[in-house]
Amino acid sequence: MLDLNCKDSVILNQWHPLSSLEEINKGVVHKTRLLDASISYGIDDEGTLSTWLSNDHLKAGQPYNAAAITDPLPVKHAHGYLWTCLGEPPETLFSFSEFYESDRRNVPTGVFGVHVSAGRAVENFLDMGHFPFVHTGILGEEPHTEVKEYDVEVSETRDEVVATQCQFYQPQAALASKEGAMVDYIYRVPHVNCALLYKSSPTDESRNDVIYLFLQPMGQEQIRAHTGMCVVDDMNSHEDIRYFQQTIFGQDKPILENQYPKRLPLDPRAETPIRADKTAIAFRRWLSRKGLTYGVIPVEA
Amino acid sequence: MKLYDYELSGNCYKIRLFLSILNKSFETQTVDFYPGQEHKSPPMLALNPLGQLPIIEDEGKVLRDAQAILTYLAAKYDETGEWYPLQDPDRLGEVAQWLAFADGITGTASAARLHDGLFYDLDVEAARAGAHRLFRILDEHLWFAEQAGQSWICSGNHPTIADIACFPYVILSEEGGISRQDYPAIRRWCDRVKRIKGFIGMSGVFPTSAAA
Repeated sequence: MLDLNCKDSVILNQWHPLSSLEEINKGVVHKTRLLDASISYGIDDEGTLSTWLSNDHLKAGQPYNAAAITDPLPVKHAHGYLWTCLGEPPETLFSFSEFYESDRRNVPTGVFGVHVSAGRAVENFLDMGHFPFVHTGILGEEPHTEVKEYDVEVSETRDEVVATQCQFYQPQAALASKEGAMVDYIYRVPHVNCALLYKSSPTDESRNDVIYLFLQPMGQEQIRAHTGMCVVDDMNSHEDIRYFQQTIFGQDKPILENQYPKRLPLDPRAETPIRADKTAIAFRRWLSRKGLTYGVIPVEA
Repeated sequence: MKLYDYELSGNCYKIRLFLSILNKSFETQTVDFYPGQEHKSPPMLALNPLGQLPIIEDEGKVLRDAQAILTYLAAKYDETGEWYPLQDPDRLGEVAQWLAFADGITGTASAARLHDGLFYDLDVEAARAGAHRLFRILDEHLWFAEQAGQSWICSGNHPTIADIACFPYVILSEEGGISRQDYPAIRRWCDRVKRIKGFIGMSGVFPTSAAA
């Protein structure tokens, strides 16, 4: 067992994202924070990845040498990201098959520090009700504020929250959109800190664009939010796609940082939900059943 | 006119905001500031060796530095002559003084925001303390201005480019962990800026209601 401040085995026994693989400079030690611990990582020219609890021998910015790492942590290279685990690593990480389709554009759109718990950030990602007010003219606009009835289930076989049949009117659903349209959404929460959103692609209606949010809890009330898109779009540049998504995320940021309390309350009586919050309610119950305590306000026994 | 632009930059927002107020059309070229660091690339360094945004190109002229660009735009395109009062040495001096102050806000409040949001490696406690020192000075100044029946940073009845230069990193300060709770005069002034005709927001800056 590692000596850590975080004692919650539910969160310790998860894979956590640290960085988009594209953004790791080779041959240099990088440093970040995960579950209140300092974590270092590096990749060499051969593609050998390591993560370890930070120490004074290998400081950030110094040359990275995989052979010098005496106490490596588990690593996983999946969905374009480097993942690590500070407890017992699960055998598998959730599926994300679209990421591996050959004609997809996978664009990491940036990692942002946000003063909020991971649970609050996931919930905001799942919420359609805020589109007309926060992403005005892009993901929603008045008077099209109605969140239509949709379905939510917790898939027992895959252990994930899934919301389907979601529909919302969007003036500019994606960069490739030419006009406003009713857009179909599917949400997946296949990991306590990761959510994916599938929406009909403006360039090919038979397929879905995927937008993902992989959260790295630095502390209970501070996260690194890894955002990215996996799209069918042969017209726009990486930079344009990234810029579109950063604009959206920049609009969400002050909303997230003004949530109170910053930790997610799991008691159903703590906050008053409306019908549109069905996914959030299922998400909170799912977290409660797992017994998560880190970054949340658990239901009092 | 072309603006080399990045949506999440408060300094680029100063220029977009002022051009909107002036109702002057322009094109933008998006620079992949984060994570691409395109502003440090050779073609961008050729335009601005300091490796910073914003930069404008206007009728063959290339200009860098948000405060310098605001000065240029006001002197050239503001037909009212109010935003940069060239004919009034007293007020012109005040504008220059507060433009320099805006640079101080960038060096502190903006730095803290870059640290918290984009993981810049810097002394964030020093940056926050510096921002609070400047906010206290600005809050007191605005409070006395209000007592004298004035609404804006510089004297007179019309806002100046000093208001535009100081506004963005004040209104974005919470992203760097700098609360404006203790600065009521600053909060009232922010609402007044948001009610200037032609005001636009950016990601993280929302409009306000009409004045009561």
